[in-house]
Amino acid sequence: MLPMHRHVDTDLNDLKDLLLSMGGCVEKAIDEVHEGITKKSESHLAQVEKQEKLINELHTRVDEECLKFLAMQAPVASDLRLVLAVIKINTDLERMGDQTLNICYNGREFLRSTIEQVPKELDSMKKEVRFMVKSALDAFVRQDVELCKKVLNHDDIVDRYRNQIVDQLKTKLKSDPNNTDAYLNLIMIAKNMERLADHATNIAEDVIFVATGTDIRHGHEQIK
Amino acid sequence: MASKLNLKVTSFTDRKRKLKSQLIIGVLLFLALLACFPFLFISAYVISKGIGSLDWAFFTQLPKGPGETGGGMANAILGSGTMVLMCCLLGIPWGMAAGIYLSEYGEGKTARILRFATDLLTSVPSIVVGIFIYGLIVIYFGFSAHAGATALAVIMLPIVARSTEEILKLIPNHIREAGLALGIPRWKVILRILVPGCVGALVTGVMLAIARVAGETAPLLFTALGNQFFADSLSQPTASLPVQIYNFAKSGFPDLERQAWAGALILVLFVFVINFGTRAFIYYKKS
Amino acid sequence: MDGEVLKVEKLNAYFNDFHAVKDVDLSVNYHEVVALIGPSGCGKSTFIRCLNRLHEEVPGARCTGNVWLDGQNIYGKGVDPVVVRRNVGMVFQKPNPFPGLSIFDNVAVGLRLAGVTKKSVLSEAVEEALRKSALWTEVKDKLKKPGTGLSGGQQQRLCIARALAVKPPVILMDEPTSALDPISTAKIEELIVELKNDVTVVIVTHNMQQASRISGRTAFFLLGELIEYGKTSKIFTKPQNLKTEQYITGRFG
Repeated sequence: MLPMHRHVDTDLNDLKDLLLSMGGCVEKAIDEVHEGITKKSESHLAQVEKQEKLINELHTRVDEECLKFLAMQAPVASDLRLVLAVIKINTDLERMGDQTLNICYNGREFLRSTIEQVPKELDSMKKEVRFMVKSALDAFVRQDVELCKKVLNHDDIVDRYRNQIVDQLKTKLKSDPNNTDAYLNLIMIAKNMERLADHATNIAEDVIFVATGTDIRHGHEQIK
Repeated sequence: MASKLNLKVTSFTDRKRKLKSQLIIGVLLFLALLACFPFLFISAYVISKGIGSLDWAFFTQLPKGPGETGGGMANAILGSGTMVLMCCLLGIPWGMAAGIYLSEYGEGKTARILRFATDLLTSVPSIVVGIFIYGLIVIYFGFSAHAGATALAVIMLPIVARSTEEILKLIPNHIREAGLALGIPRWKVILRILVPGCVGALVTGVMLAIARVAGETAPLLFTALGNQFFADSLSQPTASLPVQIYNFAKSGFPDLERQAWAGALILVLFVFVINFGTRAFIYYKKS
Repeated sequence: MDGEVLKVEKLNAYFNDFHAVKDVDLSVNYHEVVALIGPSGCGKSTFIRCLNRLHEEVPGARCTGNVWLDGQNIYGKGVDPVVVRRNVGMVFQKPNPFPGLSIFDNVAVGLRLAGVTKKSVLSEAVEEALRKSALWTEVKDKLKKPGTGLSGGQQQRLCIARALAVKPPVILMDEPTSALDPISTAKIEELIVELKNDVTVVIVTHNMQQASRISGRTAFFLLGELIEYGKTSKIFTKPQNLKTEQYITGRFG
């Protein structure tokens, strides 16, 4: 039995590429929104809106392509799981786009405040989130289960940062009632940042599903 | 539309080729028509020579002696009819059984030998068959319709056997398997499903075999001999159309010669009727 | 009914020196549709032909092993293949109504040759079989017409009716739709799913979609071996064996 060249693979690769460029947009949006907030720069925040529009366009296109592929190729087994994962990752990436936009809105309001300094944990948190998103997408390309497990583990780190930030800001809310709005906005930003990590986790889980055929979403024990 | 593949669909040599082709077709047609000519000639000749002597008496009366006028070939017609019928009773079941065996159970060496023997039997000159039956039956029991019919049956046997075999073999194997898969024993599958399914073709094969033996002269010379009168029983020498035609034709008496022509006409008509009848039967079966 | 209607143990089938089926163990439950898939020449057709002892009818063919049909070994001592086949019907790749037989006679022939002669019994059985094979309304006014005059799809349903008429608990189908158009194929697939209420169906198919649409379990054969056997939903979403995966996704052929 010789391995065969499949035209289906070309289609699947196109689909993957489309999804990756969408991931690229999400990564860019995260970078921009973070820059905008830490550097208090409106021009960076404006970039986020642009990326989000791109993400939405790609979201529709990926869905269309998946629909076409399902109808015309009637894939089974790993092909089917891959397309299913693409559909789910597509949704996650689109949500992530929305989430960066939410962060962007909170960021705008934060920009109006007089506070110059954002909690330094926000920096580390963003780095973690970026690592998770990038790794999840890399893992998707390489079908790398080990990398996925790493992503899943990092979710806890992000949660910890979020808790630290929220605790810190809670005390500041009490001590500095004049800047309540700004602190509330920062809390929202941290919360939404954490949501980004959750979506990255979802992607990693989907990749594990493609690669192994095992659904680990509700209980990570089996894979760890 | 612009040409992309640069195909050439016309050429100069085309006309020459067409001409050559038409010439060859013309030659073939001529030769084919030529092949029909003997048939048309024989038919026309036999009809023109024989039709005049065909009358009621021909069918009902015994031959008159040489030099006398009138009379008929009733004895020969009856004798031929009897012997062909007897031959069928013997040859058809025998031949079909052999054909069924060869087609349905014919695997291995035995079958190969049998098939070869059948083929050889087909090509044995009919006069040799006559001599064979002469040695086998006539020497002990004398000339008779029995011996004649047996000789004809021996000639008929391989024809029926091979045609039955070929026809059954045309039935795709999955039909047999479908029968077996219904839980029907093999012999029942053959007799109740395969045979009814190709009965038209089988009848055709048999008819052609009958047509073939009806005109046989040589084997009957040694077996049924011939008889100027009606035979009293099947154990007596019996007249037959081919033999009587042969005898009358060489008798030198114009009246008998005319009767021979009439007999030939009857024989030709019989073969025609069988052939046309068979074809009509096939046509009827198909529609 | 629970349990196994067919249980195959260490089945090996040969054509002369060619080893076509190798050590296959497989069981089929009552009222189940089992699909056999695999590339051409993988032994799946040979395999089902061992289940009604039709394999041995081919010159040079033989097989070893046990096949338990409803608890009885059809390769046991003193077993009559004819009786086995009455209980394990078969539908073939090419529609093959018996030539020269009318539609009615095609369906009735199995019973008739098994000794049923009463006209009323026969016509009742014929009607029931034709209804079950979803052909009754199409042919009820021309039962005396030859079966070979029907369209390909109708002929195949006639063949299914013919097999059903003798009421076998198991029906084997060897690529029953590979010679048919999509509409006829869909009708027969519908029919197979319906049949599940009455009989157990083992079907060989080259059409993966067909296997996934109609069967409860799927067996994948390769080079005479049973590579994987399991729930169809599992085989087509996450097969356990890499070879199965490669075959159903078209990565080798």
